[in-house]
Amino acid sequence: MPVDFMYPEYEIARNDSRCIRCRVCERQCANEVHSYEESGNFMLSDESKCVNCHRCVSLCPTRALKIVKSDHCFKENANWNQAAIKEIYKQSGSGGVLLSSMGNPERYPVYWDKMLINASQVTNPSIDPLREPMETKVFLGKKPERIERGPDGSLRNNLTPQLELAMPVMFSAMSYGSISYNAHESLARASRELGIFYNTGEGGLHEDFYQYGENTIVQVASGRFGVHREYLEAGAAIEIKMGQGAKPGIGGHLPGEKIVGDISKTRMIPEGSDAISPAPHHDIYSIEDLRQLVFSLKEATQYKKPVIVKVAAVHNIAAIASGIARSGADIIAIDGFRGGTGAAPTRIRDNVGIPIELALASVDARLRDEGIRNNVSLVAGGSIRNSADVVKAIALGADAVYIATGALLALGCHLCRSCQSGKCNWGIATQRPELVKRLNPDMGFRRLVNLLTAWNHEIKELMGGMGINSIEALKGNRLMLRGTGLNENELGILGISHAGE
Amino acid sequence: MLKENLNGKEGQIRIPSGCAIAGLFSRSGKSVSGETIVNAMTVMHDRSNGLGGGFAGYGIYPQYKDLYALHVFYNNVSAKEECEKYIDKAFEVINLSRIPIRKTPRITDEPLIWRYFVAPHHNKLMDSQLDEDEYVVRAVIRINTSFDGSYVFSSGKNMGSFKAVGFPEDVGTFYRLDEYEGYCWTGHGRYPTNTPGWWGGAHPFSMLDYSIVHNGEISSYDANRRFIEMYGYKCTLLTDTEVITYIVDFLTRKQALTLTEVADIIAAPFWSTIESKPPKERERLTYLRNAFSSLLITGPFSILLGFSGGMMALNDRLKLRSMVVAEKGDMVYAASEEAAIRMMEPELDRIWSPMGGEPVIVTLEGGAEQCR
Ligand code: SF4
Ligand code: SF4
Repeated sequence: MPVDFMYPEYEIARNDSRCIRCRVCERQCANEVHSYEESGNFMLSDESKCVNCHRCVSLCPTRALKIVKSDHCFKENANWNQAAIKEIYKQSGSGGVLLSSMGNPERYPVYWDKMLINASQVTNPSIDPLREPMETKVFLGKKPERIERGPDGSLRNNLTPQLELAMPVMFSAMSYGSISYNAHESLARASRELGIFYNTGEGGLHEDFYQYGENTIVQVASGRFGVHREYLEAGAAIEIKMGQGAKPGIGGHLPGEKIVGDISKTRMIPEGSDAISPAPHHDIYSIEDLRQLVFSLKEATQYKKPVIVKVAAVHNIAAIASGIARSGADIIAIDGFRGGTGAAPTRIRDNVGIPIELALASVDARLRDEGIRNNVSLVAGGSIRNSADVVKAIALGADAVYIATGALLALGCHLCRSCQSGKCNWGIATQRPELVKRLNPDMGFRRLVNLLTAWNHEIKELMGGMGINSIEALKGNRLMLRGTGLNENELGILGISHAGE
Repeated sequence: MLKENLNGKEGQIRIPSGCAIAGLFSRSGKSVSGETIVNAMTVMHDRSNGLGGGFAGYGIYPQYKDLYALHVFYNNVSAKEECEKYIDKAFEVINLSRIPIRKTPRITDEPLIWRYFVAPHHNKLMDSQLDEDEYVVRAVIRINTSFDGSYVFSSGKNMGSFKAVGFPEDVGTFYRLDEYEGYCWTGHGRYPTNTPGWWGGAHPFSMLDYSIVHNGEISSYDANRRFIEMYGYKCTLLTDTEVITYIVDFLTRKQALTLTEVADIIAAPFWSTIESKPPKERERLTYLRNAFSSLLITGPFSILLGFSGGMMALNDRLKLRSMVVAEKGDMVYAASEEAAIRMMEPELDRIWSPMGGEPVIVTLEGGAEQCR
């Protein structure tokens, strides 16, 4: 039907005087945008297939390519914008649910960008991180209510199992299946090098990666894929995934075509069968059920590992977190509505959940009001984009943050938001061997290490400016933040003053 | 002048200030006149700006040593009547009087300043199921947060804080400290960066028999405040001293930690230092830093903590504020400047600058290091 025709969103601008017909772009594009026209010796492009991932642009040896936004337009309409119209065409043609990937891209406020960080002047000194020690090590886990002493009066170490992080950043859950083997290897090796943790996501743990167990968080999600005793014992901590910021309230779906070879083995499901994680855990319909799962996992691992409960930031998050803090969990991970995903229904991704900044601030305040903030550590994710976001999250009350999209960007992701197609040209969100091998784990791991090393330097620089030489003195230190352009309510929820106050 | 007629300044916003501190302690429990500490503060005149000064003396009320001495500022007579009704209900008042003052032109606008020697009302105490100290703490917090125009600024046994808006030497004269004798004295001169000081905002800040004088501006303030408020404390003044006092009270009285352990928490050694310790010590220090991570204090501070039978001097871990300590016979002195110590005792046996984070703890002979 003509109505289904949609003019492409992007155009391939090829500078023909630069193009040497090397056909690199053709070979690199899994979407088959580029082709060579033998008879006339020129390159053709079918931009209707282009996802704007910049693979060809990055590899073109003569810089002959760029992708530009199409200026083709609908009649202007502030209500029925282009996307809204096109989605109607798509759905009336297909009858299907719209799918998207990566985090919510819509124009909701980004509160990180409305908060500013303090620095010392005159009344107390800033501290130079190049000259003085500047500490970013953190421990995650429950803190004891009371100290205990042995018969000789010495302090007894009555701490429950903790995670020790050299800096307050971890890689959050991305399953083997949704991302490639090489992406997982890069994350695992970078975590070991950095003294932090990565997270298996819900797809189990490939046997090759058991060796990174000390830096691994193993996830247990509603589908329980790949969960068995050795798996639970392999990691340093266990994460129960109750929800995900990109798609709160719904489960996951990895299509059968991605369940091949090692992935089917790791997930412990037959090749070609869809891996469907139900929306709820069918053994958790209430908070007391969560408590049972927390303790079953602790029993299974002899109380040697902290248990993380990951939830999506939703309206009632403070009360939910308060319940989790009393469930025996050691760490709560909150995932904001900007959090990424390999695939989610567009309507859910773009309309469900709340910003992590507000969720984090209200959870931290609630747990303190109830006097139980020490029962758990808080990890904030979805989305943390740079070291300043990390500092702001910690000042709001987080113990550490989770990053995922940022880590994928470091590996080459260009945020084309087409992960659900399985044809990631950067070798990340794909299982096609010829694409996966484009991501070299030796380089990938190095880039991740570089990224977080750089962030750590910047965190120290920002801390030094505030006259703080240890990250624990920044945690929940909201006086170090001021808001700009925020209303009374927003300031109240964030628990900060306006700039100038 | 009390908090509500300050056009909403102190206690509503946080005001940084610089300062001078000094302290003296007799290990043998010998009585020393308050005049000595006042003289020490005089030579550090330039470190204060006349917007707050104060002192704490220990062993000054031997005749009432088993009673809590409440020192209270009242805005006016009606505030006093209101508050006294509450004091009468909560406590048995054994003695009450105005705190004697000497008028000086350099101290003006003084509130009504009263002193009560009290014991918790026996039945009320039983009903409350609290121990005596906790009972008193709650009563004091109650008065300070819900009785307009009343402020309890000292509540320990056989000790007392004296403070005012003015230079420390004038505050000493005003309170006639030359007429008191104690085995331990601390003093403070304040240099707040705002205009009107508030009497309650001067140092020492005290709670039960702890008193703290402090020089510095801590950068961890809000992290510390928000943590300690989980345990029933309310930081109403928004000053560093207040929060440090609560931290010390929480760690020593509620967690039963020793003062050395307190120092290992609030001025914790760097991880690199901890790594270099023998395994047992490493584990101990790691435990304390991890378990009480939110009570680490960063930014410059030097504090003198007074408590029954002892005194602790402590610097921040980078030693961003000056502090010297000295000994002469059984006497121990500490001050922001050596000059102040020389003023108290020109001939010293030993004088040194303690390292950042390294506490100097002195106690009465035969006493334990523990505060309580
Ligand atoms: S990669 Fe660049 S130079 Fe090579 S064919 Fe494509 S556009 Fe031409
Ligand atoms: S992971 Fe690959 S497919 Fe997904 S957004 Fe990034 S570049 Fe695109």
